[in-house]
Amino acid sequence: MKDLMTPDLSAQVGALRLANPIMPASGTFSEDLSDVFDLDILGAHVLKTIMHGKRDGNPTPRVCDLQGGMLNAIGIPSKGIEDFRERMLPYWARYGAPLVVSISAHSMDEFAQLCAEVSLPGVAAIEANISCPNIEANGQAFAMRPETTRDVVTRLRAETDLPLWAKLTPNTGEPVEVALAAEAAGADALVVANTALGMSIDISTRRPRLGNVMGGMSGPAIKPIALRMTYQTAQACRIPVIGCGGIATLDDVLEFLIAGAAAVQVGTATFQSPTVMARLVAELSGWMQAQGVTSLSQIIGTVEAPAEGLHE
Amino acid sequence: MSLSPTILSVPAPEGLSARCLEASAVVVSNTPVNGEYRLLVLDAPREALNCQPGQFFQLLCPAPEGEHPFLRRPMSIYGYDAESGRLQFLYKVAGAGTRGLATLCAGDSLNVLGPLGQGFSMPEEWQNLMLVARGVGLATLAPLAREAQARGRRLTAICSARRPELAMSVELFRDYGAEVIVVHDEDGSSTPEALRPLIEARIAAGQVDAFYTCGSSRLLRLLQDLGRTHGIPGEIAMEQQMACGLGMCQACVRPFRVGERVIQRRVCREGPVFPIAEAM
Repeated sequence: MKDLMTPDLSAQVGALRLANPIMPASGTFSEDLSDVFDLDILGAHVLKTIMHGKRDGNPTPRVCDLQGGMLNAIGIPSKGIEDFRERMLPYWARYGAPLVVSISAHSMDEFAQLCAEVSLPGVAAIEANISCPNIEANGQAFAMRPETTRDVVTRLRAETDLPLWAKLTPNTGEPVEVALAAEAAGADALVVANTALGMSIDISTRRPRLGNVMGGMSGPAIKPIALRMTYQTAQACRIPVIGCGGIATLDDVLEFLIAGAAAVQVGTATFQSPTVMARLVAELSGWMQAQGVTSLSQIIGTVEAPAEGLHE
Repeated sequence: MSLSPTILSVPAPEGLSARCLEASAVVVSNTPVNGEYRLLVLDAPREALNCQPGQFFQLLCPAPEGEHPFLRRPMSIYGYDAESGRLQFLYKVAGAGTRGLATLCAGDSLNVLGPLGQGFSMPEEWQNLMLVARGVGLATLAPLAREAQARGRRLTAICSARRPELAMSVELFRDYGAEVIVVHDEDGSSTPEALRPLIEARIAAGQVDAFYTCGSSRLLRLLQDLGRTHGIPGEIAMEQQMACGLGMCQACVRPFRVGERVIQRRVCREGPVFPIAEAM
């Protein structure tokens, strides 16, 4: 007989228990989405990266449309730490879902100071954006190399007792080494991954289609890259991996979970369909019930070896 | 079986109503208006039609042959009527998104998100209104003209176009009781130099309490100058490339002059309607 029990969607990310594994990717989510659905449906709330001071961000155009995705070079406009403390933190306190605060900085000192300053009551975890391709020349970021990853995560770890997530980049040639360096330096979870550095040119004007020339590629077109990195890092590390990159459908969610993700972040898909995350929570529940799957542990990391020598 | 418009949004939290909806609308018609523009008429859920003039929708455009638009396309509302469920957009086929829109046929469905943004305001002291707009910007002001008539305001509409036959919505503005003046490039009547005395004569006659504009930076500069000189306020609907349309991504910022400072505002969220005096 089929198990008709309501499936348990809860996801464990280190010490943090989420009601379900669906959360927004940083930069694609804000209080504005509450115009569209009840944000407490989500497993967690991940805010847009804040930096210590006020920043305007990059020149426009900041986005461009591509087949299967988009490029962005927003450049992390930030209202700074004071706005976070005085306006954002009180706003998000109305929700039950855990609040994940994404932070970034140009220097390790500034990063460490910001990490200490955002470690406040009401914050459930800190996501260290060590991988944004848009704030340094030529897409350089801490997470490009294991050494700089280790150094910055070590500094951040020393500043906070909150769960610390490190958001990695697909632009590195050493994803496993970078992931292991973050783990060794004390990260509690990995977010895999940020956008892939890309470019587009308008052939009629011969100008780059982004004001910043280069930008981060996101959307379904980068899903195989993010899935591959999720698999690689989940195989190599003991800490949980949160899959992120091109997730738009229930099948995408299941693929990342099977590859080893403990939870997933949904980003660009929300720009196409702002209700997508709410739909994914409902669809995952429906799928688990229909399949007789009672908990995520029956899905996570269950990837099989490739079939060998099988012919139709 | 024929399609009916459907709300795709999940229910709003109890006690709150969703400000905007993601919905599946049904195409009623999609026809050329003149050589450049097409009119798309949709049957949309009534709940999505609590609109204000100047607001917009984000349309998930179908892919035209050989192209793959990914992001939604923002489109200002040309007409809406909650009673009949009709939602109208006037658009110029210019890129992959609008080429996709042009492929829609009666009975097709189209995913729409809206209404979005802040619409035009019309305070009591603005009794004599002047619309000055060009090209597809005239479409954005059409719902405003209807609102002006409903509120009993006096309306002058200066419709600018490259050629007189391309001036949009002239009949519509007349139907809404506006005095319509068509200016165009062929006889030079659309230049700021030609428009200035035309507008100043009406200001002198006490016929302009406020300006509304859309679609031309030359017209914006003229109205900013006239507004400063004669102390006349006004509003402009602006455009910028968007991704989410809700305010999350911060792609669609533009600079605005507020006092001595230049600040960034999101066109989708703080706009698309802004004070003429602050626009740049």
